[in-house]
Amino acid sequence: MSDVKTSQKSVRQVEIEILRYNPDTDEKPYFQTYQVPCQEEWVILDAVNYIKDNLDRSLSYRWSCHMAVCGSCGMMVNGEPTLSCHAFVRDMPDKITIEPLENFPIARDLIVDMDGFVEKLSSVKPYINAAEEKTVEQGTYQQLPEQLQLYKQYTQCINCMLCYSACPQMALNDGFVGPAALALAHRYNLDSRDKGREVREDVVASNAGIWECSFVGACSEVCPKHVDPAAAIQQTKIAATGDYFKKFLMPWKNAQKGQAPEGGDQ
Amino acid sequence: MNVKLPLKASNKPIIWSLFAAGGTVTALLFPALILLFALAVPFGLLPAELFSYDRIQGMLDNTFIKLIVFALLFLSIWHAAHRMRITAHDFGIRADGFIAFLFYSIALLATILLVIALF
Repeated sequence: MSDVKTSQKSVRQVEIEILRYNPDTDEKPYFQTYQVPCQEEWVILDAVNYIKDNLDRSLSYRWSCHMAVCGSCGMMVNGEPTLSCHAFVRDMPDKITIEPLENFPIARDLIVDMDGFVEKLSSVKPYINAAEEKTVEQGTYQQLPEQLQLYKQYTQCINCMLCYSACPQMALNDGFVGPAALALAHRYNLDSRDKGREVREDVVASNAGIWECSFVGACSEVCPKHVDPAAAIQQTKIAATGDYFKKFLMPWKNAQKGQAPEGGDQ
Repeated sequence: MNVKLPLKASNKPIIWSLFAAGGTVTALLFPALILLFALAVPFGLLPAELFSYDRIQGMLDNTFIKLIVFALLFLSIWHAAHRMRITAHDFGIRADGFIAFLFYSIALLATILLVIALF
């Protein structure tokens, strides 16, 4: 019984304002306000779930794991791109505004259309482009722990798209390949088993790639997995600059590019 | 949100390599210069004669020193030009072609003046 008392004590009434949009009936998005009795230990996602369960069953949003692993529940919370399972209500003011992730088209309520994002991810060929295909008999591609350490940080991305919402360049040019996809390209470029950097540069070093980044660094600030896409992009700029000048200094190497390995291409 | 096709290879590395090298040079060189000329000499930590006009002029008579000074200032100038272009962009000025032409022209002019002054 005493447990119930304690939990009731720590309940705080919070006004939550959510941007609603139903493409079938609404001309444009509008805000709807809910009064939510929030528990001390709740994260934003718990509050949104409370609304869905008790106040308004029509509210649509994505979530799955509730532990910052799946990357589904990204939302703008008080204007900041946030994983709603990764931000405590107790750290927030008494009025919270929740909107769908910025820089994406709204599909419905807090759900954004992520088709463009997925297309960008696949455009950088995010898989091992090995120098030559090995048969099963020839064995596996081996890698030392220190070679793994080089790129491990960049494998931590959960595709939550917070970096795309935070990126001011994304807001100006929605054709920009963007932080997560460029960090993923860098992850494979750094992989000792991979030989596909030049193939990726068709997209990565293009007019839609790394050069659109002006190193504001907002992507790295909002990243819940500390991938640091801004650093990945700057490192890619250095590598791509080297490759660019190499093409002029060693023109005989260019002929080989046409035969670059395409292993794993669908 | 989709990637706009067709993609074309970017020539940004030409200007970005100057920007990146210039940024490194500026970050290392200018604090040292400020320390020497704006702090050490005025506060009497170093004698002012150390940086007298004749001494500096004499130092610059050496072609090797001239080349080093040229490289440092050339990179700093082009770094500043590109920095101003990006800053204009970040402030929401959307005339990138004009801004680029303006700042790179100033940098080119400064480079020519630098060559005339040094050599």
